[in-house]
Amino acid sequence: MTAKDLALKRRYRTERLMMALVALGTLLAFLVLFLVLAYALFQGVGALNLDFFLKDMRPPGETGGGLRQAIVGTLIVDGLGLLIALPFGLAAGVLLAEYPDHPVNPYLRLLSDTLNGMPAILFGLLAFILIVKPMGGFSGLSGAFALGFLMIPILARSTEGVLSLVPKEIREAGLALGLPRWRVILSLVLPTARAGLITGVLLAFARAAGEAAPLLFTAFGSPLLELNPLKPMDTLPLRLFAFAISPYEDWHRQAWAAGLVLFGLITLTSLLARRASRRRF
Amino acid sequence: MVQEAVDVHMESRNLVVRYGNRVGVGVGGGVSLPLYRHRITALIGPSGCGKTTFLRALNRMHDLTPTARVEGEVLLDGENIYAPGVDPVLVRRRVGMVFQKPTAFPTMSIYDNVAAGLKLVGIRDRKRLDEAVERALKGAALWDEVKDRLRAPASGLSGGQQQRLTIARALAVEPEVLLMDEPTASLDPISTQAIEDLLLTLKEQVTVVIVTHNMQQAARVSDFTAFFLNGEMVEFGPTELLFTKPKDPRTEAYISGRFG
Repeated sequence: MTAKDLALKRRYRTERLMMALVALGTLLAFLVLFLVLAYALFQGVGALNLDFFLKDMRPPGETGGGLRQAIVGTLIVDGLGLLIALPFGLAAGVLLAEYPDHPVNPYLRLLSDTLNGMPAILFGLLAFILIVKPMGGFSGLSGAFALGFLMIPILARSTEGVLSLVPKEIREAGLALGLPRWRVILSLVLPTARAGLITGVLLAFARAAGEAAPLLFTAFGSPLLELNPLKPMDTLPLRLFAFAISPYEDWHRQAWAAGLVLFGLITLTSLLARRASRRRF
Repeated sequence: MVQEAVDVHMESRNLVVRYGNRVGVGVGGGVSLPLYRHRITALIGPSGCGKTTFLRALNRMHDLTPTARVEGEVLLDGENIYAPGVDPVLVRRRVGMVFQKPTAFPTMSIYDNVAAGLKLVGIRDRKRLDEAVERALKGAALWDEVKDRLRAPASGLSGGQQQRLTIARALAVEPEVLLMDEPTASLDPISTQAIEDLLLTLKEQVTVVIVTHNMQQAARVSDFTAFFLNGEMVEFGPTELLFTKPKDPRTEAYISGRFG
């Protein structure tokens, strides 16, 4: 066996070792996810029944009831938050991607990166000062603002990323037709990137749906179904937190179930996002 | 060639385009080049010689490149398109462009692609749009192939058809000048033939400037040819003369295939 053969053999050995390490790392990452899911399933599935979706929570000590008010509240607060964040997030993303030489962009990029990494509870604090204090009380709307603040930087960066994937030729072809730049962005670039934009929106929604911290002193929580966003509203992560620190066995089970439903909601959103992104253009 | 008085439609004067500190085109005093009305002018030269850079200066496409700077003048019917106060959008409506890669707008139907330049500036009149689309598609020799599926997505067309679609799209806004940047570089010989035939009829309506890598193509379709080398315009003249009796030894070396 020549030295060359030996060297080749060693390379193959290294390759196999690295593959094994990568596989092990992946396995560990999935194991954690699997354990969380399995444990939540084990603990919470008993509390999951039709009542869980159709009835509001019961007072402490009483068994039964559900978390309808939290499920509906999550959709309303998160949905409103998305509506608030969408114009600003999209606009910032368009500015970053379509006007790369704009003087504010370096600051905008730094700001959105910083905001992306900021502890979520600070967005709640901001909404508390800007909305709760002037309005004189907790409300679903203030929670929506807190989640909206959280979503803006996520939307901005995802929009920027998706728009920068649109071929330069599309923009040039539009401009060469004598279209103004804003028209090219609105009618050619954004529609071309539609699938990616939808994906970004859904992922921002999913991210915000799982947040409890920004809602602690904004949406605040409510034991009853509340459809008026000017009143305190419940959401799943808020209720999960409240139940988890309570002393009641039944509430603990419902907290796990809330976790499961949240997990399902986020998985569903991510699946939709993947579906949207698979349709190229 | 028909012997009739030819007048200058567009003209560059001492044109220099810089990218940062690097001169993209215009080495040696800038490019001064007349483009004659209803004639085809070919820009030839090896890769990186500045011919595309020159072409893109003719409808202010360099405005989009932050590092690019244009010096000198480009006259369109005697008016400098780089004069202060001139709206590049209006320039591009008169000077259209077709690119190397066929770029049908992927989200639009064949009809909407051709109508894009009209629809997106607010023209809604159905009848007028229908007429413009039909005229443009006929002008681009694509009408017979697509007239039964105008509502189908443009992305379903072949490369050669898409390129003729982009020509139709450019024609629909009725430009006076059509700039073509290697329009057949990514096409097969049959599609190339179709576009070359098309060019000869197009020049009855528009002035054509075409960048090409292919010297035979330049010889076949163009009335005038400009030879570029290393950012300099070396020679310009009637195509027949330039290919048979080049004045500059560098032109002779290039067209006889000694480099490039």
